[in-house]
Amino acid sequence: MIEIRNVAKSYGKVRVVDDVTLTIARGGLTSLVGPNGAGKSTLLSIAARLIPADTGTVSVDGLDVARTPSDQLARRLAILRQDNHVTARLNVRDLVAFGRYPHSKGRPTAEDRTHVERALAYMDLDGLADRFLDELSGGQRQRAFIAMTLCQETDYLLLDEPLNNLDIRHGVELMKLLRRAATELGKTVVLVLHDVNFASSYSDRIIAMRSGRVVLAGTPDEVMTPDNLSDVFGCRFDVHTIAGKRIATYFS
Amino acid sequence: MSPDFERRRARLVLALLAVAAAIAVLAFMTLGARGSWSFVLSFRGAKLAVLVLVAYAIAVSTVLFQTITGNRVLTPSLMGFDQLYMLLQTALVFLWGARGLTLLDPRALFALNVGVMVAFSLLLYRLLFARAGNSLHLLMLAGIVLGLLFRSLTTLLQRLINPNDFAVVQDRMFANFNGADGQLTLTCAALVLVVTLGLWRLSSTFDVLALGRDPAISLGVNHHRTVTLILMLVVALVAACTALVGPITFFGLLVANLAYLVMPSGKHRHTLPAAVLIAILFLVGGQTVLERVFAFNTALALVIEFLGGLAFILIVLKGRVR
Repeated sequence: MIEIRNVAKSYGKVRVVDDVTLTIARGGLTSLVGPNGAGKSTLLSIAARLIPADTGTVSVDGLDVARTPSDQLARRLAILRQDNHVTARLNVRDLVAFGRYPHSKGRPTAEDRTHVERALAYMDLDGLADRFLDELSGGQRQRAFIAMTLCQETDYLLLDEPLNNLDIRHGVELMKLLRRAATELGKTVVLVLHDVNFASSYSDRIIAMRSGRVVLAGTPDEVMTPDNLSDVFGCRFDVHTIAGKRIATYFS
Repeated sequence: MSPDFERRRARLVLALLAVAAAIAVLAFMTLGARGSWSFVLSFRGAKLAVLVLVAYAIAVSTVLFQTITGNRVLTPSLMGFDQLYMLLQTALVFLWGARGLTLLDPRALFALNVGVMVAFSLLLYRLLFARAGNSLHLLMLAGIVLGLLFRSLTTLLQRLINPNDFAVVQDRMFANFNGADGQLTLTCAALVLVVTLGLWRLSSTFDVLALGRDPAISLGVNHHRTVTLILMLVVALVAACTALVGPITFFGLLVANLAYLVMPSGKHRHTLPAAVLIAILFLVGGQTVLERVFAFNTALALVIEFLGGLAFILIVLKGRVR
């Protein structure tokens, strides 16, 4: 369980996250949605100890993320932010193998290698495993970083806009994979998503943020209504039910 | 490249570099030797020790500095270190005069130099990190600006001292591999050994740190603590070899980037030994050529700075800066 209590964060005078209290239960797929600058990514980064909160606490399975030793958390929780650049010349397999670092501390065992090959296969990277990162397209590189995060084999998986740069096929496959990880392996997956329809189709729970605050939280059926969505995003929405899923259109 | 192929290629390149470095060492020790071998070997051996020590310290410190800053055109020297060293030398001459300086125990002077430089970077680091969060770039910018201030102060002091003293200061402005004191070399070697042991304990984090701050934290590295420690150790290395031979700005840049170029991957177990071997090859080989071919007519540091400066411009122009 991830418990966020009264978390606030300001940059200068701007309050990016404004007194957020939120509980994300163990297991299941949760999506954070909201307009640009709503504080979704900052909240995710605070929950994963990448950014310190000004006030408030975050605990994962009862461990305070600001106090627990980083290596202990790394075996429970993995995060991937957007825009990952690596200066060193690395190939895809080497990058994915870093996901095993919390477990093997740089001395990979045969078991670690099995995990690496499996993560490569999951992300459809078998053919690219020996290519260098700077020789890949943005989407391929994104898949390599996701594979590294999967390879960390943590109970909690936090991904900041994982669908960035991915084509439709790989986007859908990633969401199906994460859905399976949540249902079959009992993982807790938290995503920041821009596409509300992806969130609606694959999430157990949607949390909507605006101006640093949580404005809505609930199942896709509860959150995906025209009034709710217009309130969060500030534009007109129509919501349809197609094949049992709530799908929003916003092109009118 | 498959892992096997990569490993084989890394071994091959390292072996070739080791052979080349060994040949340079051999040539340095034996070429043009006349008279008593025991004298020649001990005389040249002392110089060789200085060269190898400096090569090792510069190569390791630059590669690790570039890893923690995530930038391949930076060297610790660019952070105002050389200017601080020059200011320190000038200030010492200003306060005690050139004669007073010769009366001081060289080891005490060495300890003072290293101490002041490490303290300076610690202070800079603490001050800036306390205020501006985790901006390494701000730290470097401050280093560069302070470097400018130090240089101006140095120039001012140099105008105030008498011409004889100025000649002594000027002599210390360029790295000199010939004049190092034997006792000092030993002190420096001991310091380098201690630093190396410290780095060895942290070595498993090097590759992870190269991924950048966020991935490193996500993978469980205590980023702030580890980076601070590595920075301190790197600074101690640079301070030690600057105090031993004088300022060398671009050399580290040259060997680090050549190491990235020849090795099949950016893993530190490949790039670190490669950079050290290339540095030994350049310094020892360069000194041999200088002594035997040009008969001491020019200073090695000048040649190396020239090549390093060229490499710097090439790297910037090629846009490999990320």
